Amino acid sequence: MLRATLKSLLARKLRLVLSGLAVLLGVMFVSGSFVLTDALGRSFDNMFSSAMAETDVLVTARPAIDVSELEGESVPGMLAAADRDAVAAVPGVAEAVGVVQADGARVIGTDGKVVASFGPPRFGANWTGETGGLELREGRGPTAADEIAVNVTLAELSKLKVGDRVGVLTTKPKQMFTLVGVFGYEGGLPGQGPVHEVRFTEPVAQELMLGAPGAYTSLSVTAAPGTDPAALRDAIKSRLGDKYVVQTGQEAAAAIAGGFKSFLSLFNNILLGFAGVALFVGTFLILNTFSIIVAQRTRELALSRALGASRRQVIGSVMVEALAIGLLASVLGLAAGVGVGALLAKLAADFTSIVLASIGVPLAAVISAFAVGIGVTVIAALLPAVRASRVPPVAALQEVATPDRPLTRLTISGAVIGALGAGAIAFGLASSGDAVMWLLLGGVLATFIGVSLLSPVLARPVVSVLGRLFSWSVPGRLGRLNSGRNPRRTAITAAALMVGVALITGVNTTISSADKSLRGDAETGFQADLIISGQESPGVLPTFDEALLPRMRAVPGIGTVTAEYNDQALINEEPSWAAAVTDLPAVVRDLSLVKVAGSLAQPGPGEVVVDNENATEAGLAVGSTVTVKLPKGEPTTYRISGVYERAPFYGGFIFGTDVVPGMRFPQPSFAYVRLADGADAAAARTGLEALLVDSPEMLVEDKQQYLDRELGEGAQLLLMIQILLGLAIVIAVLGVINTLALSVLERTRELGLLRAIGLSRAATMRMITVEAVVITVFGVLLGVAVGIGLGAAVVQGLADEGLNTLAVPWPAIGLYLAAGAALGVLAAVLPAIRAARINVLTAIAHE
Amino acid sequence: MTTAAPPLTRQRAETSAARASQVWKVYGTGEAQVVALRGVDVELERGRFTAIMGPSGSGKSTLMHCLAGLDSVSRGQVFVGDTEVTGLSDAGLTRLRREKIGFIFQQFNLLPTLTAEENILLPLAIAGRKADPQWFKTVIETVGLGDRLGHRPSQLSGGQQQRVACARALVSRPEVVFADEPTGNLDSRSGAEVLGFLRRSVTEYGQTIVMVTHDAVAASYADRVIFLADGQIVAELTAPTPERVLDTLKSLDRPAPLGTDL
Repeated sequence: MLRATLKSLLARKLRLVLSGLAVLLGVMFVSGSFVLTDALGRSFDNMFSSAMAETDVLVTARPAIDVSELEGESVPGMLAAADRDAVAAVPGVAEAVGVVQADGARVIGTDGKVVASFGPPRFGANWTGETGGLELREGRGPTAADEIAVNVTLAELSKLKVGDRVGVLTTKPKQMFTLVGVFGYEGGLPGQGPVHEVRFTEPVAQELMLGAPGAYTSLSVTAAPGTDPAALRDAIKSRLGDKYVVQTGQEAAAAIAGGFKSFLSLFNNILLGFAGVALFVGTFLILNTFSIIVAQRTRELALSRALGASRRQVIGSVMVEALAIGLLASVLGLAAGVGVGALLAKLAADFTSIVLASIGVPLAAVISAFAVGIGVTVIAALLPAVRASRVPPVAALQEVATPDRPLTRLTISGAVIGALGAGAIAFGLASSGDAVMWLLLGGVLATFIGVSLLSPVLARPVVSVLGRLFSWSVPGRLGRLNSGRNPRRTAITAAALMVGVALITGVNTTISSADKSLRGDAETGFQADLIISGQESPGVLPTFDEALLPRMRAVPGIGTVTAEYNDQALINEEPSWAAAVTDLPAVVRDLSLVKVAGSLAQPGPGEVVVDNENATEAGLAVGSTVTVKLPKGEPTTYRISGVYERAPFYGGFIFGTDVVPGMRFPQPSFAYVRLADGADAAAARTGLEALLVDSPEMLVEDKQQYLDRELGEGAQLLLMIQILLGLAIVIAVLGVINTLALSVLERTRELGLLRAIGLSRAATMRMITVEAVVITVFGVLLGVAVGIGLGAAVVQGLADEGLNTLAVPWPAIGLYLAAGAALGVLAAVLPAIRAARINVLTAIAHE
Repeated sequence: MTTAAPPLTRQRAETSAARASQVWKVYGTGEAQVVALRGVDVELERGRFTAIMGPSGSGKSTLMHCLAGLDSVSRGQVFVGDTEVTGLSDAGLTRLRREKIGFIFQQFNLLPTLTAEENILLPLAIAGRKADPQWFKTVIETVGLGDRLGHRPSQLSGGQQQRVACARALVSRPEVVFADEPTGNLDSRSGAEVLGFLRRSVTEYGQTIVMVTHDAVAASYADRVIFLADGQIVAELTAPTPERVLDTLKSLDRPAPLGTDL
């Protein structure tokens, strides 16, 4: 039986190539992401251990405010000069170098714009000489207060040269420096990875980056000869107590690299999620291929049953086939994954200028490749195998063995599973906690399976309606009839396409709804004529000099300018955003805030107002007190003086300007501008822009421009998701090709007959193309319907977060339908050529 | 090999519905070479019912396929009406099939997705032509399918399916209908119905029919029977009866020198 199976497998190898390809692509994606993140992870290890090579013990201040990466940047903590002296006095310490290093030093390039970072920090640090692998490439280190050195990465990006006068933005407004040196790192590197670095003299670094003279962020300790780093670490720890993190250099390197790796593993999980979608779609394809093959082999299977094969042997023969395909696809997919992973790692390393560690094949990649590749194939083949085993021996003698089975059972189970899925989604959106994600995931999965099971029932009416569009020609009519003749096959092929389209539509619907909701609220709520705000920039809250405020108010045509300062704070031990405003009544007016309780007058010292949602959550009311800890400064008690109604675009704690000195960036990051009656808006704006010349990150925008820019990020996210889901779509299109190719094969005689009675080659191709287009458009329609449903569910679930409008992105959906039709045409090319090439004679020849 | 002179072609075209001139068909090359037709000359008269017979491997099906333009010839010429089939492009062959040829195959004659009526009208629909309602009615009445037109092939018996196929071949009034063992899969009663119908369409409506068969009874419905053996025409009968056909077939089984005068 095994030999017969393998022989028949080889005989049909072409038919199986496409379904194998689907598994291969999925496996490639899975193992590729493991290889990529493994190589990058080890590269980070190498980079940080070389940076820490000369540090025996590292003493680091605990972050002042520690938040997860998703919530923003942690605020660095500080060590005092006294701590350095204490450490230096510990026996066995040869030297303790104080290090000042904080994100947020932005150099203004020769083009007058801030040198942008795509994500890595822009460190401002003190010059500690050529230590830690640092090597001067040009000039010297800074010795005077107005001198800086930058790393090669930054020098190249900013096109600055030694001797240039350079503007640098820090936690303070722009200051001018002379560039006196350019440095790199051991091994000819331009920097430590893609990091930008500005080195000041120590007092300047302390003043500009930390706002605290004499403070450090860490101490790099060199042990005296013969002192064990671990012993020294313990000695320092006992001396300093629990206030600081004390690690050996190696531990510190591992810890820093660990932070990057946790980001990488998040990235890896995202990639694996998309791979999962692709494999889920691949399952449909394999299921369909095996179903068709089993149907075509009915007589052969019946014959083997008549000759004495047991049901188990028949199942076995199909499963062995699946196993062989799965194994082959896994091996090839793993190989392709290593290649793709290596290529992406190379690109990523070049892009971020880190030294790429050797490419390895982690065990996880190998295990997941085989588990996923073989698992998916075998599971998908199980159903067709069982069906094959049910072929009665008498079928060998019958002319047409497979009558159309009724769809009742399928429809009922589809409705039940779909309803369960929808229920799980509804329940998941309504509940909270760890289970939510799994509920939603399971719900979406069940919905997909349910709709897939329902799709054969939907196929007949939908396909017949769709087909009318093409029925003006005979080939079109024949194509439509063909696509309607095996509803299961059409449906499952379309369902594979549905998955990707549904996810894209769902995400798009959610983003559009969020966009529309926010825009709708903001359009009515925003009463400011102009908004001054900074372009989002990683690790930095762009600000402008508060000394400009009076000059802004003096610009002709300007009515009021209300500034807002922002920073993170710990409020009752919870990380939270704190805002400080110069004039709360003006903000209330400009943002149409509504009072709930207390007073919305400008908060005095020790007073704070809060929105009703935060108040409810934290159990606060007017008169209750909260403990507020800002990045700089000690915990202080504030009293709630007022509560306002949370606006969809505005909420949180609002202080008076007494908190500003405690903020890391003690400058305004927003300003709401009202024009005077009858003012020349354009002139007023130009006036403001002229004042902001030293703050190139700040933009003066009207409401529309501001919203467009802020909401533009949703469009980028959508684009990314669409690209990543593209793989699932590609696999679904492979499925369409496969189904058509198998159908063409199955209908060889019919096609021969049509050719014999006068159907031209072109018309034959048209017929196949219509069949393909009907399938893909049906799939897109299903996907759009499910996607809108998913999007609506999410919008409903996030109603509390301000999503109050469901916006269906009709233009995008029109585009998806057009793209679906185009994919259908594309998918039809090969099968259509094959159909057109059918030799009439062999097609109609007797058996 | 001789090339037919143009005037001769014209003259013959007026009387013949299809014609083969010195047709050779060779499959494969070298050692594996098989000669299926060895210089066959045959003329099929208009308005007549011709049967082609011969033992398996005699080349009878090949001859019909070549005459119908389904298969290419290695040498020689084939005409349907006044159109030379040999050398036509795929598009030309498609047009030929639409305009001049009707087919009836042994099986797989009908599209399962279409009703009987749609199947009958399919060649016309493909060619973008309308059926002559009078003629359509006549054909339907002759084949006796009046009440079955809305049925799909799976709801029809084998004999009914073949009658639908006959109606389809005739409805466009082609120059010639090629029937390849049209009764091969039918019981004798259904077969007789189909053959009777083909006979009538020749007698009453002047249709030209060429039929390949190995059944002497089926061949006896024809006006003329051509016998093939080893790729050559070896005998011919006019006004055949089953007995005479069988006798001729038996005589062919005797090892006779090939190419002798018949």
